[in-house]
Amino acid sequence: MGDYQFHWIIVYQALPQMLKGTFVTLHVSLLSMFLGIIIAVFLSLGKMSETRILNIIPNIWIEIARNTPALFQIYMAYFGLGAFGIHLSPYVSVLSALVFINAGYLAETFRGGFQSIPSTQLIASRSLGMTRIKAYRYVVLPQMFRRVYHPMTNQFVWSILMSSLGILVGMGELSGETQRLQSLSFRTLEFFMVAAVLYYVVTKSVLLCSELISKKIFTGDI
Amino acid sequence: MGLSLFTPLSWNDTGFILTGVLNTLYISIVAIFLGSVLGMVVGFIRSISKQSFNLFMGAFLDILRTVPLIIQLVLFSTYVGVIGWPLNPFTCGSIILSLYTMAFMSEVFRAGFESVSDSMRIASRSLGMGYWQTIRYIVLPIGMRTVFPSWIGVSLSVVKDSALVSVIGYMELLRTSDQLITRTQQPLEILLGVGLFYFIISYPLSFFGRHMERKMAI
Repeated sequence: MGDYQFHWIIVYQALPQMLKGTFVTLHVSLLSMFLGIIIAVFLSLGKMSETRILNIIPNIWIEIARNTPALFQIYMAYFGLGAFGIHLSPYVSVLSALVFINAGYLAETFRGGFQSIPSTQLIASRSLGMTRIKAYRYVVLPQMFRRVYHPMTNQFVWSILMSSLGILVGMGELSGETQRLQSLSFRTLEFFMVAAVLYYVVTKSVLLCSELISKKIFTGDI
Repeated sequence: MGLSLFTPLSWNDTGFILTGVLNTLYISIVAIFLGSVLGMVVGFIRSISKQSFNLFMGAFLDILRTVPLIIQLVLFSTYVGVIGWPLNPFTCGSIILSLYTMAFMSEVFRAGFESVSDSMRIASRSLGMGYWQTIRYIVLPIGMRTVFPSWIGVSLSVVKDSALVSVIGYMELLRTSDQLITRTQQPLEILLGVGLFYFIISYPLSFFGRHMERKMAI
């Protein structure tokens, strides 16, 4: 370890600010998930529609979101949009990049989930006297939700991890806050170790919660 | 006097951008190669080993997967500096990126190895093949076939994640473009070019991967 001296007291004093950063991380990823899900529903509906023109925007959106780095999208939102006179704050640019990515990935997830339900089930429920809306509400959507639940959890974890890119545009989430705090004292190793632990704890608790919820709501087998 | 501090983008910058492109490809290929080899070994061990070892190995892989790559890179490059073996950004970046790739590849390969049913192994053993012969001629060819689409998926995500190595000072594509933006103040043109580059690499391969997935689905 050489003659390196750990100074944990500085990190300990800065812990409230780091926890505030953790809160911002959770906040931005939750919000990006929420907005991403809403957009993804429309994108997947557009992609599945028979009308060709409606396919265009979802196709472009999904392919760009899936095939370019998240960092590129954040740069695009933060620097690139300046060319159009749109100047976003770090928080909004990271949020919009995350929403863009989440919507792209989730649209494909939803489409896959929807198409995994055989169309015969819809026909069967219609022939049992259900209206179209009831058939979707009670037969198709519950099964679909069950299939997209775990991919959605994964996407949420990805959002938490990707929000760490806020460090590069000076956003005040966990990594950005850590970067700012360590620049005051240059105890880089200590600060980033604590940040890593915080990320681990946050991600693990999200996964644990999702597991508990899924045990609670998905009873019986398909 | 109309003196400008910024010089616009010119053809002289091609070499600089090309360096970035090559560096991105270089570190991605190194990470994919090392990550796949390590991931195959770890995935194989995890598919055959006992619970206790899996618990230990699983915890390590878990950390690699749940701590953001950017934090891992900063931590590792600071750590090697602190213990007195400073590494250059390329070595540092490729070590972390390879380990990160390994964490994902090991799951992919484990699923591949486990997809080969026990009865197939038993059948090949009963035909007189040895343990390693079974692995070499039965488990590997069949298992690898099924993991190919997900292997492409993970590899592509590594190409995209390699952009993060810029934080420890490796001159990959996004960092060169960042520096060009600082000089030219033309973010849109440069970033569009960068995006196009990633898209051109990633899109055909992901298309191919999805095609293979459909073809291999039984």
